[in-house]
Amino acid sequence: MTAPVRAALDGTMRAEHGRCLATLVRILGDIDLAEDALAEAAARALERWPRDGIPDRPGAWLTTVARRHALDRLRRETRGRELRDQLAREPTPPTRDAYEDVVEPVDDDQLRMLFTCCHPALSTEAQVALTLRLLTGLPTDRVADAFLVSESAMAQRITRAKRKIRDTHIPFRVPLPNQLADRLQAVLAVIYLSYNAEGRDLRAEAIRLARLVDRLLPDQPEAAGLLALLLLTESRWPARRDASGRVVLLRDQDRHRWDRALIEEGHDLVRACLRRDQPGPYQLQAAIGAVHADAATFEETDWRQILQLYDQLLDMTQSPVVALNRALAVGEVRGPAKALALVEELDLDGYQPFHAARADLLRRLGHGHEAGREYERAAGLANDPAVAAHLDRERHHL
Amino acid sequence: MPTYLLSVHAGAEQQPAHDQADHDPAAMQAMMRPILDLEEQLAAAGAWVFSGRLTDPGSATVVRGTAADHMITDGPYAESKEHIAGFYVIDAADLDEALDWARRVTDCVGMPIEVRPFAATGRMQDQFS
Repeated sequence: MTAPVRAALDGTMRAEHGRCLATLVRILGDIDLAEDALAEAAARALERWPRDGIPDRPGAWLTTVARRHALDRLRRETRGRELRDQLAREPTPPTRDAYEDVVEPVDDDQLRMLFTCCHPALSTEAQVALTLRLLTGLPTDRVADAFLVSESAMAQRITRAKRKIRDTHIPFRVPLPNQLADRLQAVLAVIYLSYNAEGRDLRAEAIRLARLVDRLLPDQPEAAGLLALLLLTESRWPARRDASGRVVLLRDQDRHRWDRALIEEGHDLVRACLRRDQPGPYQLQAAIGAVHADAATFEETDWRQILQLYDQLLDMTQSPVVALNRALAVGEVRGPAKALALVEELDLDGYQPFHAARADLLRRLGHGHEAGREYERAAGLANDPAVAAHLDRERHHL
Repeated sequence: MPTYLLSVHAGAEQQPAHDQADHDPAAMQAMMRPILDLEEQLAAAGAWVFSGRLTDPGSATVVRGTAADHMITDGPYAESKEHIAGFYVIDAADLDEALDWARRVTDCVGMPIEVRPFAATGRMQDQFS
C-alpha cells in the first residue's frame, strides 16, 4: 500500500511542485514558509493517502493542506501577525472541512514565480539555482551537481537569493508589458543555461520549463524560439555519442537516430515564428537547427541558408561565439581558408570550441603541425572527458 | 510600505553636473530642470521621504575609538575612488517600483544609483516598543 502511495506522491511532486509552490507563495507571501508548508503537506500525504486513498487531484490536495498547515503555524507565531492579517483578507476562509476550501494551483502563479526567480537584481547563478529549485522542485544536490559546485555552496546561494527577495521586496508578479520582453530575456537565458549545464544533465527539466513559458506567454516569439531550439537540439541527442560513448560529430552522425517527433514539433514552432516575422536570437538558432534537421545527409545541408541565418544572428548579437559558428558555415560555403581567416580575427583564446575549430580548419588546409598543437590546446580545455578523448583521437589521426 | 535608500555614487574624477555649472546661473537652471521635475513627481506620488546632496568627500571627518579614548581624523573613512554624492530616501511598493525611480534619478544625474532597502526606519525606541 505504501509503495504505490509513495510513487503517486513522488510523481505529483515532480510534475506539480512548481504549480503548488507558486500558488502557495502567492497566498502566503513568503517562499520559505511556502516550501516548509509544501514539505509538511507531503509528509501528511504519506500518512493520509494510504488510509483515505490517493485524491483525484493530488496537487490541489497538497496545496490545500499546505495552506492550512501554514495558517496553523502563523496562528501560533506572533511573528506572522502581518501575514495572518493578509490571509484574513483572502476570499476563502480557512475552515477545516468545507469542500470549497480546496485551493487549486494556478498556472499564472508559476509565471509570477519564474519572473521573481529571474529578477535582474539577482545574479545569473542565483537566478538559475532558484528557478530550478523552486519551479522544477529539483533537490539542491542535483542542482549543485549540474553546475559543478558543492551542495553546501549551492544551498547557500539559494538561501542568499531568497533572503534578497524578501529583504528587497522583489515583487511576485509578471512584469508590466513595457518591461516584459526585457525581463523575459533573463528567464529564457536561465532555461538555456540549465539545458546546457555541464554536470549532471538537466535537459528534461529545461525543456519542461521552456514548454511552460511558451504555453503561458504565447505572444512572445522568443519563448517559442527557445523551445524550438531545445527540441531540435534534443532531437540529435541520441546520435551525439556512439555505443561506446565516443563523440560523433554532426557530419558523421547517423541521422536515423535523430528523434523525428521532436524535429517535427521543433519545425512547427519555427514555421510559426517565421509567420510572425519578429526574429530574435533563439528563433534564429532554432531556424539553423531546423535547416540541419531538414538535410538527409551532411552533404545535402543547405549551408547558404545557414550562413544567411548566422549573418542575421551575428548582426543581432555581435557575439564572438556566434561569429565563430558563422565562420564555420563560411567554411562549408566558401572553403576552409576563408573560414580560417575569419576565425583568426576572433578574440576567443581559451575558449575550447575556438581551438577545436581552428584545429579542424588547419587540418583541412594541410597544416598538420599547427593543427596538432591546436587539438592539444582544445583537449586541455575540454571539461567533458569524451570531448577531450575525441580531440586526442583527431590529433593522433593527423 | 518598504523604504529604500537610493544613493548617488560618484567617481573621484567625476564631479556632479550641478557643481560644474555653479558659476553660470542659466546653465545651472537648465541642468536642474529634470531633477526638479523628478522630485516633483516623487512628491506627488507620495514616494519622497528625504533627500540631500553631500559636500565633497574631502570635507569628511572620522570619529572613532571608545569612550575612554577618542580619535578624530581627517576623512573620508573609506579609501575609495567612489563616494556618495547624495541620496534619496523613498517609499515604494516593491523593488521594481524603487528601481524605476532609480532609473529616472540616474538619467538626471548621470551617475550610478545604488538601491538598498531599509531593514527598519525611525527611532529605535519606536522599532522595539
